[in-house]
Amino acid sequence: MTTLASPSTTHTQPREQPLVIAGREFRSRLLAGTGKYVSNEVMVQAIAASGAEIVTVAVRRVNLDRTAEDGILFHLDPSRYFLLANTAGCTTAEDAIRYARLARAAGFNEWVKLEVIGDGDTLLPDTAGLIEATRTLAADGFQVLAYTNDDLITALRLEEAGAAAVMPLASPIGSGLGLLNPFSIRTIKRRLSVPVIVDAGVGTASDACLTMEQGVDGILMNTALAAASDPVRMAWAMRHAVDAGRLAYLAGRMPRREIAVPSSPTTGLLG
Amino acid sequence: MPNAPQSSIFPRMMSPPVPSAAHTSITLLVNGAPRTIPAGSTLGDLLRSLALDARLVVVEHNRVILRERAGYDTHVLAEGDTLEIVHFVGGG
Repeated sequence: MTTLASPSTTHTQPREQPLVIAGREFRSRLLAGTGKYVSNEVMVQAIAASGAEIVTVAVRRVNLDRTAEDGILFHLDPSRYFLLANTAGCTTAEDAIRYARLARAAGFNEWVKLEVIGDGDTLLPDTAGLIEATRTLAADGFQVLAYTNDDLITALRLEEAGAAAVMPLASPIGSGLGLLNPFSIRTIKRRLSVPVIVDAGVGTASDACLTMEQGVDGILMNTALAAASDPVRMAWAMRHAVDAGRLAYLAGRMPRREIAVPSSPTTGLLG
Repeated sequence: MPNAPQSSIFPRMMSPPVPSAAHTSITLLVNGAPRTIPAGSTLGDLLRSLALDARLVVVEHNRVILRERAGYDTHVLAEGDTLEIVHFVGGG
């Protein structure tokens, strides 16, 4: 009989280990983006429903001719959520480093979701720039969560460069194509010591569940919630799916068989 | 700016601009667009004139990120300075 970290009972869901990134514990394994919602009200409700503790934000120029306050901090309580600034839109290591340092100067934390985009069509990363920026920012005291492709070698190099977590994609950003390469994601998870958070590509609850079943530490999603017809309802679905996928991974699935095996006794049948 | 008046910035902000008087106004590049402000203005003055809450923005002055907000009111701006004023917006 195997020994579980915390025994399962029939009455309560087992209490699992928290997600730990750079020594900081989080209960939720769902990280949520804040972009592309139809309104700030829906965004706030969906993120609350998702149970996310870590929420990503982007760094942009203040619109000086603004008619209304469009800063996210007018809507999202920074004391309730852990703000993870991204470097979305950056195409060079130099740009990404500049954005990361601007974000740090906001004074919330020294974490960054690092993006160095190499191609506007696929939004796939410039892996050389990504590794370079990771090394520079990690040496500068940042906790770098690096958005990357599903390539093992890049993931290993990011870990070596000092990334606090590596964030391979399930499929391209905003595509909703789901988990295209479960094998790659499993391999990255198996080979890395730092947390592996799948970032981008999940489209619906089954995608999130299947992704978590690969054993990864969490999922960051944005468009799957923001572009759902009912973002708040989808946020609940994703919350359950991430939870279910994690539980299923920890529970250990049954072996696959190519033949049927009866579940009911083959003895005691009527003569 | 030793020639700048020592009184409150607000009376000067309210007075009509004098475009030809280079010594009474300076032009900066703020978020990519030219902006003329009274000579001797501090960063704190500029943010107030833009109705921005200093706690919610980050400022980069001539490519140097200003990490200490406490210094905004003594940080005097000069002709030709480049400022980037950024904040957090929704993103993934």
